[in-house]
Amino acid sequence: MNNFTVEAIELTRLYGGREAVSNVSFNLSKGEVLGFLGPNGAGKSTTMKMLTGNLAPSNGSVKICGIDMMESPKEAKALIGYLPEMRPLYKELTVDEYLTIAARLHRVSSGNIKKAVEVAKERCGLGHMSKRLIENLSNGYQQRVGIAQSIIHNPMVVILDEPTVGLDPIQIRDIRALIRELGSDHSVIISTHILPEVEMVCDQVQIIDKGKLVFNGSIDVLKKQRVGNRLLIAMNNPPSIDVMLKIPGITEVEALPSGLMRVRFADDVMPAEAIVQAAVKNNWGLHQIAPDQTSLEDVFMQLTYQEQAAF
Amino acid sequence: MIINVARKELKSVFASPMGWVILALLMFAFGTYYLNGVNDYFAVMSGAMRPAERTGVTQFVAQTVYGLASFIMLFAVPLLSMRLISEERRSQTLPFLFSAPISLTEIVLGKFFGLVAFLSILIVFIALMLSTLNIWADIDFGFLIANSIGLFLLVGSFSALGLYFSSLTQQPVVAAILTFVALFALMILDRFFAGDPSNTLASLSLMRHFQSFSSGLIDTGDIAYFFLFIVTFLTLTVRRLDADRLRG
Repeated sequence: MNNFTVEAIELTRLYGGREAVSNVSFNLSKGEVLGFLGPNGAGKSTTMKMLTGNLAPSNGSVKICGIDMMESPKEAKALIGYLPEMRPLYKELTVDEYLTIAARLHRVSSGNIKKAVEVAKERCGLGHMSKRLIENLSNGYQQRVGIAQSIIHNPMVVILDEPTVGLDPIQIRDIRALIRELGSDHSVIISTHILPEVEMVCDQVQIIDKGKLVFNGSIDVLKKQRVGNRLLIAMNNPPSIDVMLKIPGITEVEALPSGLMRVRFADDVMPAEAIVQAAVKNNWGLHQIAPDQTSLEDVFMQLTYQEQAAF
Repeated sequence: MIINVARKELKSVFASPMGWVILALLMFAFGTYYLNGVNDYFAVMSGAMRPAERTGVTQFVAQTVYGLASFIMLFAVPLLSMRLISEERRSQTLPFLFSAPISLTEIVLGKFFGLVAFLSILIVFIALMLSTLNIWADIDFGFLIANSIGLFLLVGSFSALGLYFSSLTQQPVVAAILTFVALFALMILDRFFAGDPSNTLASLSLMRHFQSFSSGLIDTGDIAYFFLFIVTFLTLTVRRLDADRLRG
């Protein structure tokens, strides 16, 4: 018996013959945060709709804690909290009224509703907004109500579609902290196109492009790809490439415009000191030396670009 | 779970002034007719010499009020039912219901009973208002009960049809107009076949089946008609929502 909270098995969704999502499979264990990355129209939201039972997959199946979404949707849905991209808020109600309805519909027992509403409000920092109409709340607070709604019944799996869109930096930080907190005892799936966010809150990353998974793995793998064995050096009188290659440990040198040089070195050697010494001895005029990190954006571009090239 | 969806609908109706205003206006109209009915009764009956011309006060007053009620509901129900699903579709709140652990049938039934419960307030109030006649006269409660049941079934049928049209579109106004036109056609259908009352099409008319209730007769055939009418349109609504999930 495996203890995956979410299992997606070969999910495929056709829209009029065109595959919006094709053959997406993944598993998620308890206490993990999964980041769903992809450009616009890649199929992130479609996949999430299928995971939450809002859309029937054309092929494949979804299991939540071992319960099949197709066969017993009610039991499976009871384990999920979902915040769609467009917040499903009844704006004519107050925060308390709305959350009470949400708790009731998610089968919170009538004795615990009050408590569940209080806990959800407290977790999302909505305590002082209880009696306000949702309509009159700011965008960020409405988003918090949306998140509160999705965690009110303490679900096993929380699925948030672009939870930080349209928030100010402080609110984004709060919500990220909340997601991290949720991730400790629930499984969380978030979709986003903000890459640093993924690095901050997620354990697992999936990159989806044109409906296909192009990367699926731990965030560490992605980070490793980022921090390669490379140094970026800037010098006033740069030597020739051959001279640089003579320094022990350096495997490859690439001259960049304006006196910059990118140096690759072998694993388990750090040639920085040797370069500095050589530079001082030969008067190369070294004024900058730093590890060269590819940004997550570049990795992302590479992965999605490769996919394009394959077509 | 059905009751939770129904409670949510009632909460939405009463969260805006709309619900209260409609209740107040309709009760005002019914009250006026009631008062006029009582006044007219004395005027008409004092002119009726022979016993055969005389009718009971219950029948005389209640028929006026229930006649008006069935006519007014033709306008009120589309206005109330229009937003049930189309509004949720437009403000994209349907995923809230779809991702909760409730089936589509429960959602549709909940919305239906929410609206019917709201309109039942009016039906109960009308019955209470007419019962006050009992203070001065000995009224026929059976007649009131038959009329209330008839009005309840009629309103239920209107609501089911309204709910279905509301599920077809994103625009509440379009839903209201469609519902009104469809209801109006069903109401007056039997007028077209006045010369041939045995015609099958004429028996589809809602008004024709309401008539037996309004004369104080509870006919199982009419109850079956209204029941089937409601079930048909609720089923169609469930199918329509299911198509959302399948087709996206």
